[in-house]
Amino acid sequence: MKPPPFSYHDPATVADAVGLLSKLENAKLLAGGQSLMPMLNMRYVLPDHIIDLNKVKELFYLREANGALVVGAMTRQRDLEFSDDVKTRHPLIQEAILNVGHRQTRNRGTVGGSLCHLDPSAEIPTVALALDATVTAAGPKGKRDIPIADFPVDYMTSAIAPDEILVEVRFPSWPKGHGHGFVEFARRHGDFAIASAAALLEEDANGKIKRVSLTIGGVAKIPLRMPAVEKSLVGQTASEEVFREACEECRKLEALTDVHAPASYRQHLATVMSRRALMAAHNRVGGRA
Amino acid sequence: MRETRNITVTINGKRYDEEVEVRFTLADFMRQQLGLTGTHLGCEHGVCGACTILFDGLSARSCLMLAVQADGHEILTVEGIAPSATELHPLQEAFRDNHGLQCGFCTPGMLTTLLEFLRDNPDPTEKEVRIAISGNLCRCTGYQGIVDAALDAAQRLKPAKPAP
Repeated sequence: MKPPPFSYHDPATVADAVGLLSKLENAKLLAGGQSLMPMLNMRYVLPDHIIDLNKVKELFYLREANGALVVGAMTRQRDLEFSDDVKTRHPLIQEAILNVGHRQTRNRGTVGGSLCHLDPSAEIPTVALALDATVTAAGPKGKRDIPIADFPVDYMTSAIAPDEILVEVRFPSWPKGHGHGFVEFARRHGDFAIASAAALLEEDANGKIKRVSLTIGGVAKIPLRMPAVEKSLVGQTASEEVFREACEECRKLEALTDVHAPASYRQHLATVMSRRALMAAHNRVGGRA
Repeated sequence: MRETRNITVTINGKRYDEEVEVRFTLADFMRQQLGLTGTHLGCEHGVCGACTILFDGLSARSCLMLAVQADGHEILTVEGIAPSATELHPLQEAFRDNHGLQCGFCTPGMLTTLLEFLRDNPDPTEKEVRIAISGNLCRCTGYQGIVDAALDAAQRLKPAKPAP
């Protein structure tokens, strides 16, 4: 009986959900409930209307299309966790998912919910950025695509408009033989990451870096790609020393301070997590390790 | 404003037709309205795991669901684990025999979590067990007894091998 009083709506289609969202004042969308329900229980949010998306069947899917993993917004995190396709073709996503909360929360928690909640330390937005994902939002005027780079606007704030619903996310695949690494530092397994890093790496036959992607989560108010580090690494021969030097750049990030860690510690962790993620990716290039 | 809905839910094999306030969490509905107090509430915001139930066979935190969302679904709580009123499930026996509980507050969540885990991983390592229960807090046992119980239960749940 903890949540404040609200009216409950459970539309069956995206169109109905969008209709309700434009019609109702002070409405919140309920996806997997792993963030909104605690906020309701503690009365951090006081919505007049809850629009539950759990009956919108058209938002539950996971498929491979046009070189990308296409995921409906209500797809449960567990569906990525246990998908063979995700494991073999999108190993970065699989590795990251295992760090998302716990089994009990992944069984309910959704991909779209995590993206929209946009906690700075959340793993799904971090890998979405690393993979140059595209999200699709549906609103009263129809659908529009948002490149993930434009999706995080500010602390826990996405580019989704108040009358829009995130309906799909597409994670492009990297070619076979690429290396991946997702690492995070948290006090206990399943806790929110104090800092995390996601890396993807392609090397040529001589070990020269052809293409690299590095993203840091948990450190700043939104997850951040590190284009300066990526640029400095392309053309270099991968090694721990090369990564260490390049990742010093991460110390310059404008970092959060909270009860768990001061900014200076997060900046330090950003360099360490980045190097470890890149090393893990390097060690996996071409199916090594 | 007190909005209610009629729901039908099957809990531990028994069907309930109930009128429920839409803002009720599933945990509070089961405990307060149905008297099923085996499911415990510790933190009520999804951290402690005491309220874990199996929702259509998958573990979930019942404090993070609304009762209305259970309409038409099947739930298993700690009350439904034992085969009868006089027998314990092998997992419960393993908890008893390995000091898997002291005060018992976390136990309903530990049992439901491990029931799902051992179903999917019948032969787990100690590390896998520790990760499986990482979303369940226990303040008594230091976890060792629970880990021992889970590993013991895995052995007990294995089908008996035919004699060579």
